[in-house]
Amino acid sequence: MTILEPPVAAQDTGAPVAAADRPVRRELGVANLFSHGFLLLWGALTALPLLWMFVTSFKSNGEILADPWGLPAALRFDNWVRAWTEAQIGRYFLNSAVVVAGSVTLTMLMGATAAYVFARYEFRGKQVLYYLFVGGLMFPVFLALVPLFFVVRNAGLFGTWTGLILVYAAYSLPFTVFFLTAFFRTLPTAVAEAALVDGCGHFRLFFQVMLPMARPGLISVGIFNFLSHWNQFLLPQVLMQGDDSKWVLAQGLAALAVSQGYAGDYSQLFAGLTIAVLPVLAVYVMFQRQIQSGLTAGQLK
Amino acid sequence: MRHGKYPLIITFLVPPLLLYGVFVVSPYLQAFQISTTDWLGYSADANPVGLDNFRTLLHDGYLWNALKNNALLLAVVPVVTIILGLFFATMLNMGGRRGRAGVSGVRGTSVYRTVYFFPQVLSVVIIALLWKEVYHPNSGLLNGTLGALGLPTPSWLGDPRTAFWCVLAVMVWSNVGFYVVLFGAAMSAIPRDIYEAVMLDGASRSVTLRKITIPLLWDTVQVAWIYLAIAALDAFVLVQLMTNGGPNFSSDVIGLRMYDTAFGSETKFGYASAIGVVMFFLTLSVAVLALRAGRRDRIEYS
Repeated sequence: MTILEPPVAAQDTGAPVAAADRPVRRELGVANLFSHGFLLLWGALTALPLLWMFVTSFKSNGEILADPWGLPAALRFDNWVRAWTEAQIGRYFLNSAVVVAGSVTLTMLMGATAAYVFARYEFRGKQVLYYLFVGGLMFPVFLALVPLFFVVRNAGLFGTWTGLILVYAAYSLPFTVFFLTAFFRTLPTAVAEAALVDGCGHFRLFFQVMLPMARPGLISVGIFNFLSHWNQFLLPQVLMQGDDSKWVLAQGLAALAVSQGYAGDYSQLFAGLTIAVLPVLAVYVMFQRQIQSGLTAGQLK
Repeated sequence: MRHGKYPLIITFLVPPLLLYGVFVVSPYLQAFQISTTDWLGYSADANPVGLDNFRTLLHDGYLWNALKNNALLLAVVPVVTIILGLFFATMLNMGGRRGRAGVSGVRGTSVYRTVYFFPQVLSVVIIALLWKEVYHPNSGLLNGTLGALGLPTPSWLGDPRTAFWCVLAVMVWSNVGFYVVLFGAAMSAIPRDIYEAVMLDGASRSVTLRKITIPLLWDTVQVAWIYLAIAALDAFVLVQLMTNGGPNFSSDVIGLRMYDTAFGSETKFGYASAIGVVMFFLTLSVAVLALRAGRRDRIEYS
């Protein structure tokens, strides 16, 4: 890795800046070597375990136990096939997709409508209701776990995807409402007023004018919700006990790790993990700008 | 403008309120009530016992042990993560020398940023299972490397002296990338002319970092601290999947205590809810403390 400065470096810096630059030059050379070292080290620390997982997913169990650094003698895709069928990772993947599609849609619909009302309309009790929603941000899910279990069971939703979808959406509302209310407030009021004067109804105004204008905010919070629902583990573990054909991916992987512990089938676990990671990483690399800003925007607000 | 506004308010607000009331507000309220009973689970038999559960908590050695681990996480994880995050974000945003002095990133910034952010998009379950294999005493990546270098190969998660710290390291590992990107975004919002001015005044790079960048990032650091502190009070998934609190409760955390009390071999719902109430007050006080301790004047760039 070269840290030499390319010849074009100082080309477009103005004269005064270049002059101020000179005394710090020597300091920078050492600092740069130092900083590049650390940056590379952390990069390796982040990427190596993932790379190792990927390579190991092609190895046989014997190869895995013999040498963690060794390369597989052949690309054993049958590990992947076993994980997909025997460990049912394929099924769990689809289950997760169904649940998350439902829960994100519901969260966005409920969150956007509630946030719009809080941001744009005046009515009695508005403050109280708003803080009721946003206050949920402060409560740890653990506190609700026991009663939630019974609420879901008494509603006849225990072990069902519907139950999981409703619960995911309910627990995502505080952040979604908080974020989108702030976002709807930033949109100009003039457009809405003009539309109302032109005889546009309140409902049409929301769906045809305000929602399209709020698209960047909706995308940010949508990505945030998608990832947190996709990665949810505690809630399904409590609310989806029993019937393992309905489990979500996180549960399936955890169960695979447990059964691997008894059977010693390491390659199947690594293949299962790789199958779970690859699509997520692929989507991330494709949309990384949106994903990074979507996830960080929520905290910077 | 007023005409027809209430139909919309009602149709837009009632469904979310119902959903939120049934699945969030009512369980939270019930939890406080359940915490004052001796409810043992699936039978409807629950007697009010006042604050007995909380009195038992005070003498519960397992709970104090778990709390001690959460306190350690709280003391170490936010500080280490924020320092690493600030360090890398500074390097990526202003470590380079090209262009204007001191305010451009090193080469390959976008690649670093992409890679650092990886753990953030992975589920904690995957991170926990992957690192459990990395720490594996025989076939793990870590001991494979140490062994090849001729170094001793400890049993990591199997050793009560190291298990907790192994989990803590994974927690830091999985969070740093997010804060690199978060701090990076906040840094690029600082106007360039501030840097140009201090460079012209001859300020060195470290002075710039200490006197300009970090004070201007203070709000973001504060938010990061709150989120990391809340994560440190949780840590349930990592601990449950990597060590299940073991060996010999050496890596136990309060979330796992609560989960096992409620859904483990015995279902002490009353007692578990009392632990939940403790977690709630811990989370609340940590957040309030962070907000009060870190209060400074807001800086807005116009």
